[in-house]
Amino acid sequence: MNFTTQEQLSEEAKKLIVQYLPKIDTMKTKERMLIPLQEMPSQNPAVRISNLNEVALGYTPEQAIIEAMRCIQCPKKVCVEDCPVQIDIPQFINHIAHGEFESAASVIKETNLLPAICGRVCPQETQCQKNCTVGKALKDVNKAVSIGRLERFVADWENASGKISVPQVKSETGRKIAVIGSGPAGLTVAADCRREGHHVTVFEAFHKLGGVLRYGIPEFRLPNEIIDREIQILEKMGVEFKTNFVVGKTRKLMDLINKDGYDAIFIGTGAGLPLFMNIEGENLVGVFSANEYLTRANLMRAFEKGKADTPIYSSKNVAVLGGGNVAMDAARMAKRLGAENVYIVYRRTEVEMPARKEEVAHAKEEGIEFHFLQNAKRILGDEKGRVKAMECLRYQLGESDESGRRKPIIIPNSEFIMDVDTVIVAIGNSSNPLISQTTPEIKTNKWGNIIVDENQKTSADKIYAGGDIVLGAATVILAMGEGRRAAAAINKMLAEEIEKEKIVAS
Amino acid sequence: MVQKFPPENTMSKILVKQQLSKDVFLMKLEAPLIAEERLPGQFVIIQVDEEFGERIPLTIADADKTEGTITIIFQVVGKTTLQLSMLNINDTIPVLVGPLGKPTHTQKFGTVVCVGGGIGIAPLHPIAQALKQAGNHVITIIGARTKELLILEKEMGKIADEFIVCTDDGSYARKALVTEPLKEVCQRNPKPDMVIAIGPPLMMKFCSETTRPFEIFTQVSLNTIMVDGTGMCGGCRVNVNKEIKFVCVDGPEFNGHLVDFDNMIARLNSYKEFEREAHKCYLEKLIHDKEVSV
Repeated sequence: MNFTTQEQLSEEAKKLIVQYLPKIDTMKTKERMLIPLQEMPSQNPAVRISNLNEVALGYTPEQAIIEAMRCIQCPKKVCVEDCPVQIDIPQFINHIAHGEFESAASVIKETNLLPAICGRVCPQETQCQKNCTVGKALKDVNKAVSIGRLERFVADWENASGKISVPQVKSETGRKIAVIGSGPAGLTVAADCRREGHHVTVFEAFHKLGGVLRYGIPEFRLPNEIIDREIQILEKMGVEFKTNFVVGKTRKLMDLINKDGYDAIFIGTGAGLPLFMNIEGENLVGVFSANEYLTRANLMRAFEKGKADTPIYSSKNVAVLGGGNVAMDAARMAKRLGAENVYIVYRRTEVEMPARKEEVAHAKEEGIEFHFLQNAKRILGDEKGRVKAMECLRYQLGESDESGRRKPIIIPNSEFIMDVDTVIVAIGNSSNPLISQTTPEIKTNKWGNIIVDENQKTSADKIYAGGDIVLGAATVILAMGEGRRAAAAINKMLAEEIEKEKIVAS
Repeated sequence: MVQKFPPENTMSKILVKQQLSKDVFLMKLEAPLIAEERLPGQFVIIQVDEEFGERIPLTIADADKTEGTITIIFQVVGKTTLQLSMLNINDTIPVLVGPLGKPTHTQKFGTVVCVGGGIGIAPLHPIAQALKQAGNHVITIIGARTKELLILEKEMGKIADEFIVCTDDGSYARKALVTEPLKEVCQRNPKPDMVIAIGPPLMMKFCSETTRPFEIFTQVSLNTIMVDGTGMCGGCRVNVNKEIKFVCVDGPEFNGHLVDFDNMIARLNSYKEFEREAHKCYLEKLIHDKEVSV
């Protein structure tokens, strides 16, 4: 396989700098369009399949400057419109092009506190990069300006430079906000509410902070160090964290308001019970939800065999059912844990797969086999109740359904046997039942997701919700977008209360 | 400098430690919030080492709201329980989460048979107590493999209207499996209104099989493999009436006549070899350390 090393990419970029830098402010659009897109340097696939280190290594400064020069600074700013937290993208890119990395960082930080995370895990090709004018002109969304890679570059540069700034916190208001869950939605609310001077306590059920960022997304895609770094900033801002605390169990949700004096609550408890296919053999030994498989490997550190007490199933042939990012993560983790053959089994085609393009490309480089237009019919077990094979069906694509995707249709009598000993189900989650079980005041829909209004407010007073507990399985950035909206509403509500009290007092 | 997250952890201190038998220990832990919310039938998740430890579910045997304590009773079966048993008074447990699971539904049912096997007698104790308080006629049957492993005999006897004790090997009291006296009680007229069985999976399976022909509602409390214990990972799933149920949030109590015990037992053994190896390695390390220090 063709593999270009980081050094090679960096050398290329250095040559381009000499060519383009002198005319940075005079280049015509046409000329800018000719600047070659900068590939993301990555760890050699042959090496990385046996380690947990981050796969994507990040742009070198030269690469970042060259890539930033590809942006034509169009007046339309469609990229900003398509960003859930509306970062002023052309502005920060313009700073990068001129080598002003610190200014670029502050532009991003105005609206996004977690750029190192978003730069790594956002599905840019369906958001900011989707309608990028450069990509449109070059008739390929994959040739859009690499906004995500640039965002990551700036965040990592800021960290490496030691110039990380802690956002200003207004004077204490004496109001208390409880944030339930320390995932992307909760962390966003914590930051935005703390900035207004409110006291914020984040409650986390696990012993480590970060929610899905920690237990779900693997180290090779989002290193724990980055999560720690972002959380440390919140800590420096004065956000309080309580781990091993399950709201709804350790303490009832309403008690936080009625007994503990919290003035508002944000529920960001995230993904809930994993969905299964409801096919024969799904409870056999060797069938896992992607949640369980990844939690064992990531949060419980089962990857570090010999050190970790949490076991992980040892597999030779693994089938992963699903086509999203979680499926890619589980497949690539299985490979790193020593599986010889890992298959992604997806009932549509590559075009419909919801996973990030870069993850699919990385998975392919790592030797993950993709089986499109196939799906599991049943899982077969041996006499000990362990997986020994999977019976599959072939599909073809029919008419488009409500989601606009072409519907997969079973091809009759197309059954065949796939030789596997492990099946990982990555088809999504329903909702976490703990809070709704113990808090009847909060209305949920038929899937158990919390119902909210346009301000993320639930059916109960002073209680807001956002992220996967509202959306079902979504993305980090959408959860952050909801968190931002909820925080704005909470801040507004508290500001009005404070205002009213002032009037009464005077 | 590496900062430790979070700065203040909710560590739980061990206040009392008792060895009830060769491998069975009782610990009273400082846990005011859990003590306040906990109801019979619920469990906690414990991790002995915050970095590399395993999360294991343990049922809560008792709690004291005014003292702010909970009591756990556990048997040493693997590395984590062995490590836990080696902690002493004033040591802390870094991860203690709960109370998890749905509490037991207690009301006046009439005559209730409480069957406890081995370590399962510990979680049965508060349930029997609550059933007694609710005005039920409580018939208690407890049993263990051998005399050594029989726990809480005095406490269980105190709250029972009728009390039957047995051991598999006859080393103490009646020589029988708990299913024998259970069957006799079921044959009475009128038959009991309900049976609650807690113990090893095989014991719960056979208790359910014993009561099935008598059509007596039989509740069992399942202790499966869990990771988070809060309804996220799905590792604890069992087949109940051919449907997937999650022990951590739908249970731990289910109708024993509907549980697929064979599948549950197979799933409990998913990591048997790994666990045996981990336990063995840890024991060898302990022996080695001891030899070095001598």
